Amino acid sequence: MKAGARLYALHGAVIAVLLALNFLLPAYHHGLMARILVLATFAMGYNLTFGYGGLLSLGHAMFFAAGLYGAGLSIQHLGFGVPEAFLAALACGALLALVVGVLALRTTGVAFMIVTLMFSQAVHLAIIYFSAFTGGDQGLMLRPQQRRVETVLGTLNLTDPNTRYLVALALFTVVLFLMLALVRSGFGRVLVAIRENEERTRMLGYDTFSGRLAALVVSGTVCAAAGAAYGILFGYVGANFASVQYSILPLLWVLLGGAATTLGPLFGTVFMYYVVDIASGYTSAYMLVVGVVLILLVLFFRKGLLGTVRERWLRWLP
Amino acid sequence: MSPLPEMSPLLETRALSRDFGGLRAVDRVDFSVDPGEIRAIIGPNGAGKTTFVSLVCGRLAPSSGTIIFDGADITALPAHRRVRLGIAYTFQITSVYAQLSVFDNVALAVQRTLADGRSQDPSRGRLRTGVTEALERVGLAGRASLPAGQLAYGHQRLLEVAMGLALKPRLMILDEPTQGLGGGEIENFVALAREIAANATVLLIEHNMDVVMQLADRITVLEAGRVLAEGTPDAIRANEAVQRAYLGGGA
Repeated sequence: MKAGARLYALHGAVIAVLLALNFLLPAYHHGLMARILVLATFAMGYNLTFGYGGLLSLGHAMFFAAGLYGAGLSIQHLGFGVPEAFLAALACGALLALVVGVLALRTTGVAFMIVTLMFSQAVHLAIIYFSAFTGGDQGLMLRPQQRRVETVLGTLNLTDPNTRYLVALALFTVVLFLMLALVRSGFGRVLVAIRENEERTRMLGYDTFSGRLAALVVSGTVCAAAGAAYGILFGYVGANFASVQYSILPLLWVLLGGAATTLGPLFGTVFMYYVVDIASGYTSAYMLVVGVVLILLVLFFRKGLLGTVRERWLRWLP
Repeated sequence: MSPLPEMSPLLETRALSRDFGGLRAVDRVDFSVDPGEIRAIIGPNGAGKTTFVSLVCGRLAPSSGTIIFDGADITALPAHRRVRLGIAYTFQITSVYAQLSVFDNVALAVQRTLADGRSQDPSRGRLRTGVTEALERVGLAGRASLPAGQLAYGHQRLLEVAMGLALKPRLMILDEPTQGLGGGEIENFVALAREIAANATVLLIEHNMDVVMQLADRITVLEAGRVLAEGTPDAIRANEAVQRAYLGGGA
């Protein structure tokens, strides 16, 4: 089998398993998994800049929030339908990433972390400040009738758990294959080259600033898509999703699953969610368990789950 | 691209200077290279050779002066735009992507020329052909799938040259290419440099005098940031000022 065909078969198989889970999972895990799929999409967006681009951002919550509020506010105040709101969310994410990128990408390393953190905090505070529109700390609840999509085939009810799972899976699938195509393309090669040796890449004729900016805009747009889906599917648009916690979570998910691997964000998000879920069933000190697991991973799977698998066994994984 | 009038220089610098704090590393250098030439730049350590070529390729910005490439003023162009015009620089300290495969290292260069339309037929097969071609010229075609970091040092130097070649440069700047190479490897490099010069103008910074004397059409000697002398290898060898400054008196 050719390398490309093998990769598409592998990723297709993962999607098939996730589709089968829709029919097999008990209600509780079914609901949890729908959330995980949306958040794994968020993590994939983060992975593009952090894993492939080598840019450690501490502000990606702002892109998730741009999608969440871009969709939520346009539904609430402008009476947008779900598809229009979703597109508005993508535009918000792309525009925010472009503006933040032009300013923040003048820095690298620790300075980049701090600048992105500050921008993200500014977005968080702005959401709380304009509480007349955003609901501030309380957030906004989207009513069930605002979460329906009229199609030629009938009404898509996004409050139905089954529909929700399938829509989440559809978004995840589109983004997964987008990422796969992107990292295998010339653009993906240049992005990794910039991460590995920026000076060298410039002397091969590449505008490294533009390359990074393009990656950040795609990343911000994907994160906004995840944010919009989260708000629309689960009906809640809240300021805590713009907090620093939601900038650090995708970093953890990606690190656990394996930075710069296409499937790592999924495995990292599933793993983290289930460690928390299982541990909190036994003890209220579940964060202690999470901490121990993280330490073990750092000791034995330094490159994350899939990163280690790739290093030791499957070198061809993208 | 319009054909050049005969003997108009490919590269020219006028009163080019670069200061580092109080130190003038390159001092009002007027310099020109004709198309097709192999020009060696020699001089003692700290003479400003690497600084000078860094100004030419755009890694450093000049403090004053002008750089003209193929008749156009490129002084204000960023480095990546100069590369696209055909100025390639191979690093003095080996700078390949250690984690990427040898193939991907060269593919990055080929991909650039395809994107700029400087190679025809930008299809997928064309990328592979371009990479293979460049690797064959330096004799690394058999190692394409290895991570570059696993190559022996001499082979990493060759990979660096292959990346420069794959850019299809009109001006190839080689910054101490034989540094750290063994005797046989140096011989191979001299042959390779002659091949490169068949299609490109070469600017060679080199400490190994045998290599310089074998390859260079003309030699420019820098000392303390200034041009001390310029001429054919024989003229430079006979030049007393050069002997005093560099070749060690009665060489």
